[in-house]
Amino acid sequence: MTRRQIIWLEIKKCKILYMMIAPAVAYYVIFSYLPLVGLTIAFQDFVPGNGFFDGPWVGLENFNKYFSSYYFWRLIKNTFMLSFWSLVWGFPMPIIFALLLNEIRVEWYKRSIQTLSYLPHFVPMVVVCGIIIDATGSDGLVNTFRSMLGAGSPLMFLQEPQFFRSIYVASGIWQEIGWSSIIYLAALTSIDPTLYEAAEVDGAGRIRKMVHITLPCLMPTITVLFILAIGGMMGSDFEKILLLSKPLTYDTSDVISTFVYRKGLQEGDFGFAMAVNIFNMLINLSLVAFANYTAKKSSQGETSLW
Amino acid sequence: MQQKKNVFDYVIYVFLGAMVVCMLYPFWYLLVASFSDVAKVNASGGMMLWPQGFTLENYKIALGNESVRSGFINSVIIVVVGTALNLFFTTISAYALSRKWLFGRKQLMIFVSITMFVGGGFLPTYLIVRGLGLYNTWFALWLPGLIATWNMIMMRTYFQQMPEALEESAKIDGANDWQVLWHIILPMSKPMLAVMTLFYAVAIWNSWFSAAIFLEDRTLYPLQLVMRDILITQNASSLMSAGEGGSKPEIAKTLKYAVAFIGTAPILIVYPFVQKYFEKGVMLGSLKE
Repeated sequence: MTRRQIIWLEIKKCKILYMMIAPAVAYYVIFSYLPLVGLTIAFQDFVPGNGFFDGPWVGLENFNKYFSSYYFWRLIKNTFMLSFWSLVWGFPMPIIFALLLNEIRVEWYKRSIQTLSYLPHFVPMVVVCGIIIDATGSDGLVNTFRSMLGAGSPLMFLQEPQFFRSIYVASGIWQEIGWSSIIYLAALTSIDPTLYEAAEVDGAGRIRKMVHITLPCLMPTITVLFILAIGGMMGSDFEKILLLSKPLTYDTSDVISTFVYRKGLQEGDFGFAMAVNIFNMLINLSLVAFANYTAKKSSQGETSLW
Repeated sequence: MQQKKNVFDYVIYVFLGAMVVCMLYPFWYLLVASFSDVAKVNASGGMMLWPQGFTLENYKIALGNESVRSGFINSVIIVVVGTALNLFFTTISAYALSRKWLFGRKQLMIFVSITMFVGGGFLPTYLIVRGLGLYNTWFALWLPGLIATWNMIMMRTYFQQMPEALEESAKIDGANDWQVLWHIILPMSKPMLAVMTLFYAVAIWNSWFSAAIFLEDRTLYPLQLVMRDILITQNASSLMSAGEGGSKPEIAKTLKYAVAFIGTAPILIVYPFVQKYFEKGVMLGSLKE
């Protein structure tokens, strides 16, 4: 038999498997790869209804328009700052939460706290944002507390740019602290108990055990999640920002993805919006690559995404 | 190894307990406010531990509202059909990719995995959906998210870890891949299927953005999108019938908490039963490597 015939036999053997995978292939071609082809409209003066290659081609005009626009730095700054502060405040929280939870030795209490803390993660984003709007409104919970503490007139938090980041970051922690801790809790259960026993023999207290055993054992998990977080830095929580931002707060709340949405889908300037989108994709890809490279280097190739 | 508790323990116990109470308070408030008199809610300043002026009026108005009702029914249909489609296509492709003798398996895996790192975003997707004539139909909600790659890879890993002996004996008896999948693999995958169903169903129930960009006809709106108009934009322009008297903003105020609770309730109801599966799902996902 020739090589070609052997291959043909191999393929025929998998006929049913190919039938099974065919819809997935079609799906990925249409909804994952075709959109990549659609990036070409960034180089066109695109009119909806046209095909992806219909032109007229305008070269880098859309990109130049973006780079020279007033929005350029504002969008990059806002996108970066929201993620940066989310990372600074939000990343350590689930770790601390998991460590504290790990100290609880009454099993039912631990389970209940854990279970209840996941809940905000599953509540619809629309409801979460409704709650945020309600609580930060003029007669909402936050202003009630402020007036109890003797503050003056109520503040409209969501209408003032200086509060947007804090609201975004704080509500993000509320939503995800419990859910994000799961992975750390799992890592904690796999720590060898004899390590603790040995430390006890040496007279280590609980804090010392936490610092010298628990934390180092969590380090690989922390590293991987940190890489993932860095890689996703320029992709903020788009839906939440879309629901909470207003023109009044665009100075801090308008990010690349919401801008793309507004320019592209609402104003119909597809070519321009796509150019902004491509720029964002390139930043994202380089961040992921950079984070992966750093992790590979720092762990001698043991921790990496690919 | 039962140690004696010291002050340190009690500080942690109280701290974490208080933290969870604070985290859940907003949902409790939502529930309490939905059963309270609107005027009392407005005067409460966000602080209420028990219904004030208990009433079912809010729910009566909410459920009597045409938009809310049709939104709820639409959402149920969208979730049921969407989850079924997701499950079916995720399962068959995960199964195919889990078979070691699949010729071209490695290439297919790369083809699939790349999509997790690069995507064109919603703009080209929007154009494609329009181009395919799916605009303003529920297919625009179902098809672009047909397979969540992460879920599919999770499932594939799960299938791969199953013992091969059973499958081989079935093959010798002349079973084909469909039969193996249906009669041997799936019955052993119930926990995995439960996790997948939940992940997909919750995601679809909670989603509003694709509906916002792909649907024009208000009678097709899922509940979350109706809720967005009531809770977020608060102009309630999507309320189809003005209902019993009053201007639309007034109605929106009355409806707000009841509707928010109706939109969250299905999740709260299934939550206690399924949270252990959710956890399992995250664990399975972390086994990826």
